Amino acid sequence: MTLDPEPLPKTTSIQLFKSLFLARRSEEYIVKHYPENLMRTPMHMSMGQEFVSVGVCAALEGKADVFASYRSHAAFLAQTHDTDLFFSELYGRSSGTGEGKGGSMHLASPGQGHILSSGVVATQIPVAVGAGFANMRLGTGRTAVVFFGDGAADAGVFWESLNVAALYRLPVMFVCEDNGYAVDTPREARQVPASLTEAVKAFVCDSYEDDSGDVESVYRLARGAVEKAHRERRPAFLNVKCCRYLEHVGTGDDWHWGYRDKAAVEREWISRDALLQQRVRLASLQMSESAIVAVEDEIDRAIRASVAKASQAPIPGPERLYAGVFHEKA
Amino acid sequence: MRKLDYAGAIREAMAQEMERDPRVFVYGIGVPTWSSIFGTTKGLTEQFGPERCFDTPICEDTMTGFGLGAAIRGLRPIHVHIRVDFMILATNQLLNMVSNYIYSTGGKLKVPLVVRAVVGRGWGQGAQHSKSLFSNFTHIPGLKVIAPTTASDVKGMLTAAIRDDNPVICFEHRWLYWAEEEVPEEPYEVPLGVGRILRPGRDVTVVGLSWMNVEARLAADILYKRGVSVEIVDPRTLAPLDEDLIVESVKRTGRCIVADCDWVESGFSAELAARISEKCFGRLKAPVKRIGFAHTPCPTVRELENEFYPNARTIVRGIEEMLGLEAANLDGEDFFSHERRFRGPF
Repeated sequence: MTLDPEPLPKTTSIQLFKSLFLARRSEEYIVKHYPENLMRTPMHMSMGQEFVSVGVCAALEGKADVFASYRSHAAFLAQTHDTDLFFSELYGRSSGTGEGKGGSMHLASPGQGHILSSGVVATQIPVAVGAGFANMRLGTGRTAVVFFGDGAADAGVFWESLNVAALYRLPVMFVCEDNGYAVDTPREARQVPASLTEAVKAFVCDSYEDDSGDVESVYRLARGAVEKAHRERRPAFLNVKCCRYLEHVGTGDDWHWGYRDKAAVEREWISRDALLQQRVRLASLQMSESAIVAVEDEIDRAIRASVAKASQAPIPGPERLYAGVFHEKA
Repeated sequence: MRKLDYAGAIREAMAQEMERDPRVFVYGIGVPTWSSIFGTTKGLTEQFGPERCFDTPICEDTMTGFGLGAAIRGLRPIHVHIRVDFMILATNQLLNMVSNYIYSTGGKLKVPLVVRAVVGRGWGQGAQHSKSLFSNFTHIPGLKVIAPTTASDVKGMLTAAIRDDNPVICFEHRWLYWAEEEVPEEPYEVPLGVGRILRPGRDVTVVGLSWMNVEARLAADILYKRGVSVEIVDPRTLAPLDEDLIVESVKRTGRCIVADCDWVESGFSAELAARISEKCFGRLKAPVKRIGFAHTPCPTVRELENEFYPNARTIVRGIEEMLGLEAANLDGEDFFSHERRFRGPF
């Protein structure tokens, strides 16, 4: 991107900031309170990568059917903005997305367009293709969007899904949150193609790459990509470079593992953190510091309220163990 | 009433449901081709269009996830595997995704997905075209598993499966496709989870699975001539199991042989034998006996293949032993084998 693009409407920039802040602050809450041992579910934190799903979900304006991996906190909140459901599920309450039976790795609120999250690498990808098929057949005007890490591109099912989506001419959005590692194994140790973005071009789809670390860049990219995917009736692949700030699973950092250099990560990623960038952008759009703080405070209050609600919500009784293995008619 | 074979009954169930509900579609490797999964999908592409009956690339796991996604978002897919052995490629999706999605959403969601899988046998199908693996799937909470034996059952049960809001796996034995009987023309449901007494009897209960019910009927005819009355119970649905029907039968007869169309070791016959032993303990006159495949990979050569599979003779001998009868001379008996009709190749 050599030319400065047209600025987005200020309301959009604010919306993107809010969404980023919501995801970041929710996870900061988790980091702080995880040691209390009340959220007993393995957390795969989105922190640092939030701008990918925030940008894409905003671009789809509520018409996304989202399929996510276990690293789905940001995607879930970007799509649903529902901290009540989110925290209820993490706390294992009846009021959660799956009355606590799902937990962090299985967040799902289909009524709000977050269809599922899955804890086995790449398993959500073909499901999104089927949803894309249903959307086409039923003429819903919705777009199936699947988020996954670069580790999922090791798996055959990723390439199979790409092939099927292209073969059946389905406008499915494949969004790779490319943080460069599968746990601590770098991409170069797992994949032969020098560039996934290039390798994917062998399929009839549009393949895009973004290494801006900027939510607005992802937003613009996704808007263009989804429009073209529907127009051309073919899938889109978005390879968005990003950085996972915390450890693969858990709420701590992992610098002591030694597989990546803290100073380099700080220099290359944390110093241009997407949330900070967006905050600076709002200031440059003549939004006052007090107005920004007011936005942040409102989100903080919402998170606190959701946590309070969750902690007062009932824990599912033992009679719920056997309930819901099969569909329960309402 | 008109007669229809098992393959025709499957085709009719799918066609009638596709007619009734535009959300129903059928897909899988080879589904719309000339051979049309032994005729079970014949003409459906012509009748309903390529968007509702179509072929797929050879990627079973991906196409299972595809079915899950389509089912979650409002369609009613039927995914077909021409061999159970090939469905194994789909177990990641079936066991990790399909089976637990409803539960992890608190039971609110529907996954109306039907997976049909063909059990192969004979003319050298060998180790990779002959598996049943019922218990691999009945082991998993969240999956319904059916294995209809008769043409009228398969039509009604497949119809019920297609209308069910939960994932259902339907096992169809290759040799049953030719079995004809009177099948009602109009659509009807045979409810899932309800077994059937195929033949009433007094002396011993044979719980038969899939093709083994055909062998059990032959065994019952042979033993009838010797004054032995055999009751045959077909569970039809393996999960959820109609335990009461089986237990009541065994309590009446006091004896039970489970004739499985699968390996015995850790097979579905073990589940049945355990439940029957628990529930009928004081009423059993003999230990529950199990019959199934030899515990080897399925051999290709005919002579060993014949040794590998149990048949009516195995059941007759089992019952004789259980009742303390002399082993009868069976030389005059005609042990019908589909080998005579089935000339391969697939």
